[in-house]
Amino acid sequence: MPKTDYNEEMAFFVDMQRCIGCHACEMACAECETNGQESMIHVNYVDRAISTQTTVQVCMHCEDPTCANVCPADAIHQDDFGVVHSADTSRCIGCSNCVLACPFGVPKMQEQAELMMKCNMCYDRTSAGKKPMCATVCPSQALYYGTREEIERMRPDSVPVNSFLFGQQEVNTKVNIMMPKGTHQLIIE
Amino acid sequence: MSRLFRTLNRAAFFKALMASIVVVVLVLVGSRNLQNFDAALFAYLVGTVFAVFGIAYRYSVWLQRPPTRLYWKRSMQFLFSSMFFPYLYRSAKLFFRNILGQRFIAYRSRTRWIGHFMMATGCMLAFAITIPLTFGWINFELIPGDDVTYYAKIFGFQAFSFPLGSPMAFITFHGLVWCSILVTIGAAIMMRRRLTNGGLIATQTFSDDWLPLILLIAISITGLGISYDYTFLNGRTYQFMAVTHAVTVILFLVWLPFGKFFHIFQRVAQLGAKLYKTEGLRRGMAECPHTKKEFATKTHIEDLKKVSKKLGFDYSKKDGSNHLDLSPEGKRSALAKAHFEARKKSGKFFG
Repeated sequence: MPKTDYNEEMAFFVDMQRCIGCHACEMACAECETNGQESMIHVNYVDRAISTQTTVQVCMHCEDPTCANVCPADAIHQDDFGVVHSADTSRCIGCSNCVLACPFGVPKMQEQAELMMKCNMCYDRTSAGKKPMCATVCPSQALYYGTREEIERMRPDSVPVNSFLFGQQEVNTKVNIMMPKGTHQLIIE
Repeated sequence: MSRLFRTLNRAAFFKALMASIVVVVLVLVGSRNLQNFDAALFAYLVGTVFAVFGIAYRYSVWLQRPPTRLYWKRSMQFLFSSMFFPYLYRSAKLFFRNILGQRFIAYRSRTRWIGHFMMATGCMLAFAITIPLTFGWINFELIPGDDVTYYAKIFGFQAFSFPLGSPMAFITFHGLVWCSILVTIGAAIMMRRRLTNGGLIATQTFSDDWLPLILLIAISITGLGISYDYTFLNGRTYQFMAVTHAVTVILFLVWLPFGKFFHIFQRVAQLGAKLYKTEGLRRGMAECPHTKKEFATKTHIEDLKKVSKKLGFDYSKKDGSNHLDLSPEGKRSALAKAHFEARKKSGKFFG
């Protein structure tokens, strides 16, 4: 088995306001070998009728992942680094529970293959000490993978936040979102 | 030991015990009070009873999990409804296509499907041959006065016969040889994938991904060794071949409920998930409040709200709606909008 060289000092930082909708991350994501040439990242218009704003979404790798909890087949597991992996291909029964329960709208269902697939933070790369594909190609740094010190230096007016409130539910994640300084949680009404 | 008793799932233990007792009773009845039971296969029987106990125990614990229990209950409810015959027909069709044929794997990769199909078919055929033999349900006899015809008996009743040395005899006696060849080629294809696919190399583990393949090949090769021994070596190495084969098969049986092989039994749940979607479509679709598009069945969304709540996740909002009412795209947009508002409020979008 290959030696794992996951660098726990590195973290993922997302800033949707920087997304310019270029889809470079989608193309790069399809190069990730754990996805089998399928792009797992989402780029979509927020509300096309009134705005040209786009948003980008990677898996946030929740500390207590709803997707894994609602999976009836025990197909989703979280490793020791906190990475929530794509469904175990031998177990996934293609029920879509995870797709519909994820509060961030991340997992994708491959209908014919009856398999859920999702971003696993380019585990083939991150487990070898490299950066995820999407973060290496993002031209506006809406997606950034690096150390906390680096991001703090680059974005002095922002702070990484990894806590979200969806209705009554607080969700804490491994991936951070860049928020205005002084913010501790992103509340989704 | 005390931990074992403390964590013992009593309901599952009882069901597993019942399943094991049923197997033993079936052996006694099917072999006509052990009259047709082959004592040489006793170790295999012990392994099989243990496997049945373990599988029943794990399956029962698995069905107690809220999402699994819900799918199980819903599947039964939808199957045994006014749509019984159409759903039974549909499920039977899917059983042939997806369980026996594993066609869904072809959409993941064609080579992978070929490898898996060979491996699974070899295993299923081997089970179909060895389980009735081990249980004493099938036995072969020569009848006095006729030493050129072999009689096959099922549950003690004569079922069919064939002349010794005939093509039928060759195919029947080498049934497990064909299975071994299928399994070995299939497992080799899967091993090749695991050696060359970068994604698999990064995520695979020895116990979950390599050990099952090694074990299947070991069973097949040692099984072929028995045939090789009596065909070409006049049985000189029989004891060695028989013991090594028994060891690998019993290891497989004992490990069946714990490791990767348990997915064989979980896979049937795919039929339930399909039935759930079909009946859900009949009951109506849910529309995303953001995209205004249908994205899932109403039944699914409502069930998911209940299940996630049972699991400790409450996505309900103050206005009575629920975050799970949104489609995946709607959720991503809701997050982006909230982020936009927070940035706007701060007066700075960047930096």
